[in-house]
Amino acid sequence: MLRLTLFVAMMILVVPGAWVVLTAFRPNVEVMARPPVWIPQQWTLNNFLGIFGFLPDRQQGLPVPSYFINSMVISLTSTFVAILVGMMGGYAFARYRFKGKGALFLSFMLSRTVPGVALSLPLFILWSKIGLIDTKFGLILVYMAINIPFTIWLTDGFFRQIPADLSEAAQIDGCTRWQAFWKVEFPLARSGLASAGIFAFLTAWNEFALASQLTRTTASKTMPVGLMDFTAQFTVDWTGMSAMAVLIIIPALILTFIVQKHLIAGLTFGGVKG
Amino acid sequence: MAEVHLSKVVKRYGSLEVVHGIDLEVAHNEFVVLVGPSGCGKSTTLRMIAGLEEISDGELKIGDRVVNSLPPRSRNISMVFQSYALYPHMTVRENLGFGLKIAGMKPEDIIPRVDEASAILGLEKFMDRLPANLSGGQRQRVAMGRAIVRHPDVFLFDEPLSNLDAKLRGQMRVEIKKLHQRVKTTVIYVTHDQVEAMTLADRIVIMRDGYVEQVGTPTDVFENPANTFVAGFIGSPPMNQLEGVVENGGARLTDGTLVQMPEDIASKLSDGAKVVIGFRPDAFAPKGHSLHPEDRSLEIALPVIISEPLGTETIIYTQLGGKEVQAKMLDPHPLQDGESLTFTLDLERLHVFDGETGKSMRA
Repeated sequence: MLRLTLFVAMMILVVPGAWVVLTAFRPNVEVMARPPVWIPQQWTLNNFLGIFGFLPDRQQGLPVPSYFINSMVISLTSTFVAILVGMMGGYAFARYRFKGKGALFLSFMLSRTVPGVALSLPLFILWSKIGLIDTKFGLILVYMAINIPFTIWLTDGFFRQIPADLSEAAQIDGCTRWQAFWKVEFPLARSGLASAGIFAFLTAWNEFALASQLTRTTASKTMPVGLMDFTAQFTVDWTGMSAMAVLIIIPALILTFIVQKHLIAGLTFGGVKG
Repeated sequence: MAEVHLSKVVKRYGSLEVVHGIDLEVAHNEFVVLVGPSGCGKSTTLRMIAGLEEISDGELKIGDRVVNSLPPRSRNISMVFQSYALYPHMTVRENLGFGLKIAGMKPEDIIPRVDEASAILGLEKFMDRLPANLSGGQRQRVAMGRAIVRHPDVFLFDEPLSNLDAKLRGQMRVEIKKLHQRVKTTVIYVTHDQVEAMTLADRIVIMRDGYVEQVGTPTDVFENPANTFVAGFIGSPPMNQLEGVVENGGARLTDGTLVQMPEDIASKLSDGAKVVIGFRPDAFAPKGHSLHPEDRSLEIALPVIISEPLGTETIIYTQLGGKEVQAKMLDPHPLQDGESLTFTLDLERLHVFDGETGKSMRA
């Protein structure tokens, strides 16, 4: 019974996503059909060709490659920095005693309680003053700020699970504190860092509200913002938009599959008692 | 040569002082055991020697170097942790060779050292396993192997056996002793188990609340405990301790029994002084079942409260001086609870402690 309920619930959740994917492969006429056509009668790749500008008769192509590159550069850079800084921060919170530690940690967490949209106006004013509007760097900075506290929180938990004895044993074995971290604690925290990485990447990759405020042109527009290109004054190109949405989903899916092993694996701490 | 000298070593956490100026000399190749109840500062002291805790005050020398400010890696020590602290992502072989690899040794030089250690500890069959796939005893041996491959000046053991079951603990105790005979090295070993301390140590350091209570050979601390704490801590079952008041060269217990004290001690005490008299269960036995000659003994008839037959001996719980005391009956026969027996207390082996300070009157 529980399984059936879950199945029905999952089906309902999947419908919008499935609809987007199916729409990406159907001609425009089916989108507007009444009664609705659920499974496309005519499968087509024209929507994808269209957004890349291969179908001159339909509409002008969009700078999808630019959007894609912008998204990749922004997401990967902000993720890399967030993981690097967040990992060190998380390690410090997990291992060191220092003054104001609790308050500092709380303040990082509180920063997560502010909805991103609430930041958009102040950010817009600030960024325009210092000339970061419509730059990749501007968005990278924003996503780093969003992701670092979360990464700290997540990695702190993972480092706490690794017994401090291991790094001490490594130090006695001849490691510096830094070597002990890289050779012993880092490999053990890898699964945690992988999941932190996915969260950070997806946050940046999917983010729309702030990106739509802070970007203007192909110099910095990301894929989600690019979706808005399909809305004109009187029409919305649903099929094109869906095709683009599918393109946005694919890298996220691939990444999740690659890191899945680490997510599930979870390390067995056989090295200590138990 | 690696002696370890601790001179007035202090550990403070903020304003809280947990180790209060310890002095200790550990000779080259000596096996010294730090023993005491939890929170006595023994592990903290060991961690200061290892370099894992900063020394707040005082001086620590290993060999002739002052190592206070040296990191663990520069002290040429190795340590076996209570949790074993094996690297979970490395095989046994990698665990053993890790320290040598970090030291920049060539693989061809590492292999014989690792093989030597694994042969000493019988680990050959497990070399390619991960720690998760080893039993507790095997992990313990890998941890010791990791310590010996580096040929350190000093071995540190931090309660290495407390995660093992009783039987395995006994076996590993013997292995540690053999290991020390084989790889002659200075050893500092921390435990809360006085049996481990007695069986392993050349010298025992008994600690309480951050102070050293007594240092001596196992026989010394057993035969001549410096105070009531050491007397109660070393020996199993523990020493019986009864309060009394000095009267005519004896100690009058709360139940009126007069126990004659050795003359050299009695002469130091004036009537009315408070004392604690102590005697080990094996100095107190039913008549005809004792280890000691019974001619210099006090005979007292007491009821058996409960008896614990252990095969070659029986531990008898009875009441004396208002307290429960234990007697050891050799060559035992079955006893009834409540049965009255005549006990002999060997006055030659009586310990007398100051009733106020708890210090031994022998000193």
